[in-house]
Amino acid sequence: MSDKHLLPTGHARIESLNMSGIVKRFPGVLAADEIDFDVRSGEIHALLGENGAGKSTLMKMLYGLYHPDEGEIRINDAPTTIKSPIDAIQHGIGMIHQHFMLVPSLTVAENIALGMKSSRGFQLDLDVVSQRVLELSDIYNLKVDPHLPIWQLAVGEQQRVEILRALYKGAALLILDEPTAVLTPQEVDGLFRILNQLAADGHGLVFISHKLHEVLEISHRVTVLRDGRRVNTIPTSEATRPKLAEMMVGRPVLLEYEKNAPNPRDERLALRDVSALSNRGTTGLDAVSLRLHGGEIVGIAGVSGNGQQELAQCITGLREVTAGSVTVDGSDVTNAPPAALHAIGLSYIPEERMIDGVIKEFSVAENYVLQDHGHPKYTTARIFMLFNKIRQACRRAIRLFEIKTPSTETLVKSLSGGNIQKLVLARELSRDPGVLIAAQPTRGVDIGATEYIHKQLLEERDKGTAILLISEDLDEIRALSDRIAVMYEGRIVGEVINENVDVEQLGLLMTGGG
Amino acid sequence: MGLDDIFTASVFASAIRLATPYIFAALGETFAQRSGVLNLGVDGIMLMGAFGGFYAVHLAQTAGVMAEPLGLLMGVLVALIVGGLMGLAMAFVSVTLKAKQGISGIGVYLFGLGLSELLFQQWVGTPKSVAGFPRISFPILTDIPILGEIFFHHNLLVYVAFALVPLSAFVLNRTTFGLMIRAVGQNPEAADAMGVSVTRVRYATTTIGGMLAGLAGASLSIALINLFQQNLTAGQGFIAVALVYFGGWRPLTVAAGAMLFSFVNALQLQIKVIGADIPSEFAVMAPYVITIIALVFATKRQEQPTALTKPYERGE
Repeated sequence: MSDKHLLPTGHARIESLNMSGIVKRFPGVLAADEIDFDVRSGEIHALLGENGAGKSTLMKMLYGLYHPDEGEIRINDAPTTIKSPIDAIQHGIGMIHQHFMLVPSLTVAENIALGMKSSRGFQLDLDVVSQRVLELSDIYNLKVDPHLPIWQLAVGEQQRVEILRALYKGAALLILDEPTAVLTPQEVDGLFRILNQLAADGHGLVFISHKLHEVLEISHRVTVLRDGRRVNTIPTSEATRPKLAEMMVGRPVLLEYEKNAPNPRDERLALRDVSALSNRGTTGLDAVSLRLHGGEIVGIAGVSGNGQQELAQCITGLREVTAGSVTVDGSDVTNAPPAALHAIGLSYIPEERMIDGVIKEFSVAENYVLQDHGHPKYTTARIFMLFNKIRQACRRAIRLFEIKTPSTETLVKSLSGGNIQKLVLARELSRDPGVLIAAQPTRGVDIGATEYIHKQLLEERDKGTAILLISEDLDEIRALSDRIAVMYEGRIVGEVINENVDVEQLGLLMTGGG
Repeated sequence: MGLDDIFTASVFASAIRLATPYIFAALGETFAQRSGVLNLGVDGIMLMGAFGGFYAVHLAQTAGVMAEPLGLLMGVLVALIVGGLMGLAMAFVSVTLKAKQGISGIGVYLFGLGLSELLFQQWVGTPKSVAGFPRISFPILTDIPILGEIFFHHNLLVYVAFALVPLSAFVLNRTTFGLMIRAVGQNPEAADAMGVSVTRVRYATTTIGGMLAGLAGASLSIALINLFQQNLTAGQGFIAVALVYFGGWRPLTVAAGAMLFSFVNALQLQIKVIGADIPSEFAVMAPYVITIIALVFATKRQEQPTALTKPYERGE
């Protein structure tokens, strides 16, 4: 590079960006409370915190999607107002959103051309855009075919398109919002290589995350936010996992669980060559066989959309099994209705908790008895509901599971994600299940509640329940499972004992290799 | 009586003429839907456009203040303006106020149906006809046997409608505006993040859709039938909405669908004319039944705007 102040794209660097005393109020919430934050050229600065800690809000203000009520943003020491995303882009700030901001039916080039001036006036200049995309992919080693539609690309490739687009528009500073959430371990490695190169080339990077080990691996400095406040900013070299977790949660957190030796008992659940269709009518499950014993946790690992959802639905009676059989405790329950499955002790923590797990307009107590509302202990003659008994049982569960809710009559939609998940867990465990299907039990749940849910699952395992843990979070699978089965394209492509697992090997299986 | 009596040149010619209002309205609706706005009020807007166009021409011709072509042009202009205003109203209700599009569209329809009738009663009273757009005779071309009658002996608006088909495809697929429309209809969050104003694009497409619906109405009242009466369109606007689905949100196939529908329609008219022994009720039903069957079998396509009917709200 001839000029030290220019990026490889030819755009100017942002030597420093400072946000100071940033305050943002939403109705009833102080989302950002006097936050200071700064990024320098060549630095990866991690922004760590729980859901709702204010990470996204802070960065959306930097990207012009929100406007701070108080405080100042300075770019290269010059006070700057960022009114809109266009404004942010013109100032050299790019953002890679957690949910990719790409239009699936459009090609890579069309997605990049969107919202930009065309060199041919009102007519599109996709050939010019494609040319420049290829140049940039060469400079940054980001291989992308500009003519392919987005929906044909793997998730990791889509993310590269996002990064390329930001660079195309001259981003000197890149904000990455939970960029690893949807990636396989291999893709994460690839992303980290890209991020390190970008930093080496003089870009500034903000890495938003709630995953401690990633923050420790990739960043130079860490800022931890909690409840809209900045807890501290420290160099990553001085950070450790327990220290960061404590800063995030506000109390010491258990990160590794003491696990009792597995003590598998009788077989509780067995799948033999189970096949099913996906929502699109294609093969969703392809001859899946699986055995689950009492007292063990079997983890199902895999990239989202490889049949995990179909698997859970086939077992719980929510999707038609087209071939094969499902047995619980030796009796055939293939395509049995959910009510029959509940009756024989199958419990289910569904992936989409707001859709399949609770009725959010119902109260906590009503949700607590969604399956058992007709149970003799809650009714007279199985018809008239005894609300006092229901409330009583619900209050006990609230205490036992530390669910934060003003009352049993509060509507579920006003609770936090972590508390809703605890309610679902409380309900499912209250039914004393023999088999528990837990799909993404801690997705979007804060560390504190995650820790609690994990401990409950392990306790349940030790009590003899057979638990199937379906998760996209490899750390969660590794922390809890006794055995791990990997799903890829509707099939189980490998099964390993957790103790002698090799993450590299798991990652390969998850992408169809190995 | 044989097939020769049914498939005559005049049937093909009338199919082309009958397709005109559908093409205008369905192209307009294609723009709106590709950006994510389902405007079910097309029929009401067509009625208002039909009345507005008719009344302007009627005034010009009874007062004799304008030369005939100028009066007709006024009619078209009024239809475009009235349609555009109704489209703007739909945009305001569904984009700015974020009302449920299905309901607000029905509101727009009923408003157009009622107001066009009221104004007609108040200002005109009894059905009157106007001298509409005359058929154009091209030198040589019109005199070609069969083909001349089918293709080269129509009024101006027929040719405008067919010219709009490739033009619409060009706008949607090859211009920056078209790219914005497609992006806003598929993923408004992404478009917003790229600095495209979802609101502005949806206002533009819904207004364009309204203008074309107004023109569709005028193509009935001052070119095809040359009169106005209560509920002149008789649900043609709803068929136009169905044609957009049928055509998979692509101008060329949408127009092809309009042609198919109009052809069946022209056939049933012909069957009535020659007195074939098919109950005329069945013949009248045929185009609608065929449309429903076609819609059932129309598969989901890549072009389907996934954000259709969903108001866009920026937020967490």
